Amino acid sequence: MGVGTFDRGIHPEYHKELTSGKRIESAALPKTVIIPLQQHAGAPCVPLVKKGDTVVEGQKIGDVKAFVSAPVHASISGKVKDVELSHHPVGVRTLSVIIEGDGAVKQWPVNERVSLDSLTPDAIRGNIREAGIVGMGGAAFPSSVKLQPPKGVTIDIVILNGCECEPYLTADHRLMVEEPEKVVWGLTAIMKAVGASKGIIGIEENKPDAIEAVQKAASNSSNVSVAVLAAKYPQGAEKMLIQAAVKRKVPVGKLPLDAGVLVNNVGTAVAFYEALNWGKPLIERVLTVSGNAVSQPKNLRVRIGASFEDILNQCGGLVREGTGVIPPSVEVLNGGPMMGIAQGTLNVPVVKGTSGITALKTVSLKREGYGPCIKCAACVEVCPMGLMPYRLGDYGRAQRTVEFKDWAGLSCIECGCCSYVCPAKRPLVHWIRVAKFKARTETVKVAK
Amino acid sequence: MSETLNQEKLLVSSSPHFLKDESIPKIMHTVILALIPAVAASVYFFGLRALLLILVCVGVSLLTEYAFQKIRNKPVTIYDGSAIITGMLLGLTLPPDFTLFGAILGSFFAICVGKQLYGGLGFNIFNPALLGRAFLMATYPVFMTTWAEPRTIAKAVDAVTAATPLALAKFEGKFAPLTDLFIGNVAGSIGETSVIAILIGGLYLRYKGYINWKLPLGYLGAMAVFGGIFWLINPVKYPNPLFHIFAGGAMLAAWFMVTDMVTSPVTPLGQWIFALAGGVLAVVIRLWGGLPEGVMYSILFMNAFVPLINKHTRPRVFGEGAKEGEIAPLGGS
Repeated sequence: MGVGTFDRGIHPEYHKELTSGKRIESAALPKTVIIPLQQHAGAPCVPLVKKGDTVVEGQKIGDVKAFVSAPVHASISGKVKDVELSHHPVGVRTLSVIIEGDGAVKQWPVNERVSLDSLTPDAIRGNIREAGIVGMGGAAFPSSVKLQPPKGVTIDIVILNGCECEPYLTADHRLMVEEPEKVVWGLTAIMKAVGASKGIIGIEENKPDAIEAVQKAASNSSNVSVAVLAAKYPQGAEKMLIQAAVKRKVPVGKLPLDAGVLVNNVGTAVAFYEALNWGKPLIERVLTVSGNAVSQPKNLRVRIGASFEDILNQCGGLVREGTGVIPPSVEVLNGGPMMGIAQGTLNVPVVKGTSGITALKTVSLKREGYGPCIKCAACVEVCPMGLMPYRLGDYGRAQRTVEFKDWAGLSCIECGCCSYVCPAKRPLVHWIRVAKFKARTETVKVAK
Repeated sequence: MSETLNQEKLLVSSSPHFLKDESIPKIMHTVILALIPAVAASVYFFGLRALLLILVCVGVSLLTEYAFQKIRNKPVTIYDGSAIITGMLLGLTLPPDFTLFGAILGSFFAICVGKQLYGGLGFNIFNPALLGRAFLMATYPVFMTTWAEPRTIAKAVDAVTAATPLALAKFEGKFAPLTDLFIGNVAGSIGETSVIAILIGGLYLRYKGYINWKLPLGYLGAMAVFGGIFWLINPVKYPNPLFHIFAGGAMLAAWFMVTDMVTSPVTPLGQWIFALAGGVLAVVIRLWGGLPEGVMYSILFMNAFVPLINKHTRPRVFGEGAKEGEIAPLGGS
């Protein structure tokens, strides 16, 4: 049997060799952390601490009653310096708790291992919510919500996303190689919580060491298997992954659970393991620091709230050319180059959804402006959602939301394949994103 | 060090932050390169006069584009190579002894009316080179259908006019040998006669990934199959399938005009429809129309349908047709 895959997509240069063979290192304990009270999709948390309070590592410092939300915890021990508006890597300023560390490190009971049989689905959900776990692939959707499917919905398969199709990023890859038992255990916990009978870990074929490690770790579980998938972008997009791994298609405008599937990131599964066995909340994560503007690319285990600047400095800083100044065209991204968000300052914290910090200098290609569309059809040939991006881009640019919706623009997953291949360098995804936003706000207005 | 890091201005832009090394000039220059074998063949078979025709067409195309953009106060884009391609293609489809003034007029029309009046590159409905040629067919009908033998077989120095293989087939029932057609040793438009030279360029473009194989294959395949049906019915009266795709402008059009990105559909199904219908239409004109050759009009005709074809052949949106709650059985993996 061949490897699973989806229709269309692209084959960018991955550059993963920069870090794929490097073991995960622990970053130095940050002196100060900035912990945004909203690191997830849903309602922001309310601070539970105030300026001057003493906090210990793992202490809950923000929470809210809303269903779609996740609490946040102190990632280091120390004193609350302030609770104020601060930069967030998604490009906004949010209320954040700033903690000045005292250097103390908490020892988690890393040898502790509970039996899954002793945990009820409700206990799993409760513990996951208390641990503040969110989807760690980037979207940061609260995990406890995903574990509680609406009544009448049956989930029979849980898929772990180990594709990591973004160029440069290798954090998930290293987690699967170094901690495969945690990945498999986390998967079985998710399966138990939603009552699924089958667990699948989807891994792209360009990570043979990860496939081998996870297969070995899963060899004792009869209902868990590895699906080897083609190395193609965006293989890790939820809908593409579901199609590739179990040959089901999520209906237009619907969620994976409408196809009886739940998808979680492998990093999230590891967080599940640590939360359920050690009682450790989500206060640190593994991320990749890479890109052609990073001196020493690494895979690092980083405390939530550490600043990008601190992390980049631990990787030798940004590459300097000639005169010792950073070339003005350096772009620092929260995430990978295809979907990452460019940062205006390095004084932003690592959040739960930061899968990597990518710094790129060869971005001159897109700085020359864009040319006319020559209808070359490259965007149509690569769009994994089966859309006509060149057309949606024009509708977006002209703010023609009616036509935009007619041509299924709201189905766009913003993977960036169309912009990537466009020979005229047209910023298609950007226009589409603007149109999606406008179309949604219009819908809200109509609804009101 | 940390201080300096923060003082640096960072670039902020919308994702993706990583683009394929591809550009319009790169595509156009590759097409120009792919046309070189056809140009070389035209000089070999029809002498330096062929080169002169092509150079005049290219020069006037560039000048027209430059002048138009200057007058309209638009950025000048003559370096993207698209005007050169239009000039080359128009030149390659002219008879060897065509008047130079006609070539100038045709090139001007192709760029001005065929391209710039629509808004320039990417906005034109019809292939500019073919539109220029159609204009010349209307303004110089006699010149456009007066052919000379290639110099490789012409006996007299001032060779008299000759008939093209398609005209011979249509009006006299004589079929030129396929080897002559393949090599290009026949009368015809200067760049259309040599199948081998065109194929080299076309396959190079395919290798470079700038041609969607559906288009040339669909067009030539439809001509061969549809023409072949009538050959099977009456092989004496109708030419065989290979003759159809080797003779006249079929080969050049299939690889360089049907595949014109701007004027062909963007959807996979649309590309099939466009290519297959174009091929059938070309044979219909050849067999029953007033003209011996139907390639040019078949493409121009199909160009007009491209917006309609695109609209009605939208690809299936991911998840369309998949119904909620209706879960397919587990895949084998």
